[in-house]
Amino acid sequence: MIAELGLAVLWMAAALAVLQLVAGALALRPQGAAMRGVVRPVAVMQGVLVALAFAALITLFITTDLSVKLVAENSHSAKPLIFKIAGTWGNHEGSMLLWVTIMSLAGAFVALVEKRLAENTLLATLAAQAFVSLGFYAFLLLSSNPFARLPQPAPEGAGLNPLLQDIGLAFHPPTLYVGYVGLSIAFSFAVGALITRDVGPAFARAMRPWVLGAWIFLTVGITAGSYWAYYTLGWGGWWFWDPVENASLMPWLAATALLHSVSVLAARNALRAWTVMLGVIAFSMSMVGTFLVRSGILTSVHAFAVDPARGSFILALLAIYIGGALLLFALRAGTVTEGARFAFVSREAALVFNNVMLCGILGIVLVGTLYPLLTEAFGVKVSVGPPYFNPVSAIFAFPMLVVMAVGPLLRWKDDRGGRVAPILAVPALVALAAGGAALAAGVRLLPTLGLALGAGLAVASLLPLRGRNLRRTPLPIWGMVVSHLGLAVAAMGMASESAFSIETLAALSPGETRQVGPYALTLDRIDPVAGPNWTALQATVSARYAGGEADTLTPQARVFANPPGTRTESALKTRWNGQLYVVLGEEAQDGRWQMRFWWKPFVPLIWLGGLLVGLGGFLALIGRVARDVKRLVAIDKIAFRRERQGR
Amino acid sequence: MSETVSPPAKKPGLALWLPLLLFGGFLALVVYGLVRPDNREVASTFIGKPIPAFSLPPASADRPGLSNAQFVGGKPRLLNIFASWCGPCAIESSQLAQLAKAGAEIDGVAIRDRKDDLARFLAANGNPFARIGQDDLSKVQIGIGSSGVPETFVVDAHGVIRHQHIGAIMPEDVPVILQKLKEAEQ
Repeated sequence: MIAELGLAVLWMAAALAVLQLVAGALALRPQGAAMRGVVRPVAVMQGVLVALAFAALITLFITTDLSVKLVAENSHSAKPLIFKIAGTWGNHEGSMLLWVTIMSLAGAFVALVEKRLAENTLLATLAAQAFVSLGFYAFLLLSSNPFARLPQPAPEGAGLNPLLQDIGLAFHPPTLYVGYVGLSIAFSFAVGALITRDVGPAFARAMRPWVLGAWIFLTVGITAGSYWAYYTLGWGGWWFWDPVENASLMPWLAATALLHSVSVLAARNALRAWTVMLGVIAFSMSMVGTFLVRSGILTSVHAFAVDPARGSFILALLAIYIGGALLLFALRAGTVTEGARFAFVSREAALVFNNVMLCGILGIVLVGTLYPLLTEAFGVKVSVGPPYFNPVSAIFAFPMLVVMAVGPLLRWKDDRGGRVAPILAVPALVALAAGGAALAAGVRLLPTLGLALGAGLAVASLLPLRGRNLRRTPLPIWGMVVSHLGLAVAAMGMASESAFSIETLAALSPGETRQVGPYALTLDRIDPVAGPNWTALQATVSARYAGGEADTLTPQARVFANPPGTRTESALKTRWNGQLYVVLGEEAQDGRWQMRFWWKPFVPLIWLGGLLVGLGGFLALIGRVARDVKRLVAIDKIAFRRERQGR
Repeated sequence: MSETVSPPAKKPGLALWLPLLLFGGFLALVVYGLVRPDNREVASTFIGKPIPAFSLPPASADRPGLSNAQFVGGKPRLLNIFASWCGPCAIESSQLAQLAKAGAEIDGVAIRDRKDDLARFLAANGNPFARIGQDDLSKVQIGIGSSGVPETFVVDAHGVIRHQHIGAIMPEDVPVILQKLKEAEQ
């Protein structure tokens, strides 16, 4: 019953999306004024209905209704509740329903609260949002129905990929999805503005909080995903340049560029066409990433059902939406005049430079991800990995870090290099000292540059606060400072990980000790342990840092029953100056156990930095929204007063 | 500092069509990806099949022997078919060491080898193997569909062959094999 209800409300929501599109398109015509009042309520109702459908699917997973095909294939009655819920989106159909849900809720949210945008552009935006949603409704209802029943209820569910039975899975994909799909708002805004030809500072100010919101979720999602891969895959790596990771990085890069260009548009009325194009590109990258991962064109570590037929469907959607938006851009952007000019040394120019660098990185990631396919077309099979991505992205990333240090100190429109040079002396010295020390310690070139630029930028990122009253500094400025600082911190963490990590593979008998970096590690014993749906061998390892007190670590090798599979559960010990990472391997024949140890100095800075970047975005968002609310309240008050005086 | 630079895409016209053009190229590429014949790597008939049952005695003094049961459970492993008398096997040794360093666990099958020859070979070229079985009659080699030395198999945690690499592992093959190992983890 719940499954049928879920399917029914999903169809109704799709019907409302059609209404939203038609009403929105009609309302833009002079004779369609009657439709103007319809669009917003329809958008809200559509969001409510989809949310109900999603709630229905979650209910089916919680109750483990085995007559539903999706539940039978992906869940199991013995699974802990949190993983039953997470299982809702840990599969293709459920994750597509999540996609549509977020998309419609985002549209509903815009319809409810967006007051800044010109009404015509808003109507066009909501129509565009409905148009994009419709494609995904069609995909869901015609080829990926999550509510399909089995002819005979299954006796028991097939379970869930053990790799995905992790608390990280409960939060990481939904977070990323809010980010991916949240960018659809930027896309629809861009399309709406192209339709009404109304691109200007007001449009930028209206668009900015939405981009910022999606971007925060993306940032946090990528950071969490990186940490999740780091501790579950048991390889000790934090970024693999896997197609799925690249699929999340590309929208982030585009959204980051968009965030900066939209600020230029808001403050200086420049970069109009560029901003609109980035709005289109950012969500396009979300869709391209999803397509590449789902279609089976590129293989990856992630466990999505791969189906070429579905791939063709999503490809058709891509062709319609991205192709259509870019066509509209090509036809209309010429009439969106470019706006104000600026000098070579100015904040705008620095932002443009960083935009170009971000797009450069985006380009090389996209090319690197597609390269195996490209060369295969010419009969050569290759695999592109870190040896390509690391140095080539560094070519763009390092100059970007330098300009990031300078840009926020420059004035809008026109400035002199001589004015900011003395201010930058301190960070420059810090960078030189850090780089010199690293070189002296025998660190390779790329990590040395990363450490030097990270240290320099960390100092420089605080400089916009100098001479300000910290209490009265606007939150968006704090946001920028914290985000830039976060990126510097992350860069230092990455460089340190690559420069100073120590890896040891040891075969130990219980009682034996091995020195790894500053740690003395003793394997105390190996015990069998059991969880709700797994059994495991657990090693107890005593870790003494520089001869101090022993910490106990318990890495496990888990064996799952439903479906059968194994997963290493690494054990981590985090200190202020680094992290110890322990993995239990197999038993050797002589009663010794293979253990893998890493000592990674300052590696947590990577994720701390990522969270700081997200926190900065959050601060900026609060600042922007608070100002908007204040403005709206003020407008309301004035209107109220006028009304009273009028009487 | 009064000269002005124009923001990107100032001239309306052709530049505005560039994104659409690039997207067209992308579409063409992925359409090809969808319709291409699915012939990834060498399609060995043994891929997807479990390794046959075998139990080999140790081939060297300091490593245990090898049996098919040892591939079940744990991580996916590499099975390297080699011999001290084979030239390409010495060439691929540094790539094997690289694979081992990257976390791959490698078992070896020494084909028609002598203990002292093998010890010299391992001393000269390094020993990345966790276990080495001695296959004097090439029974195992033929049983898993290998026709020569060296050859390397990716065997997943269920003992199923996931990938076969024929010939010496060259430096450019290392990421491919690591990728295959990663895929075999699923």
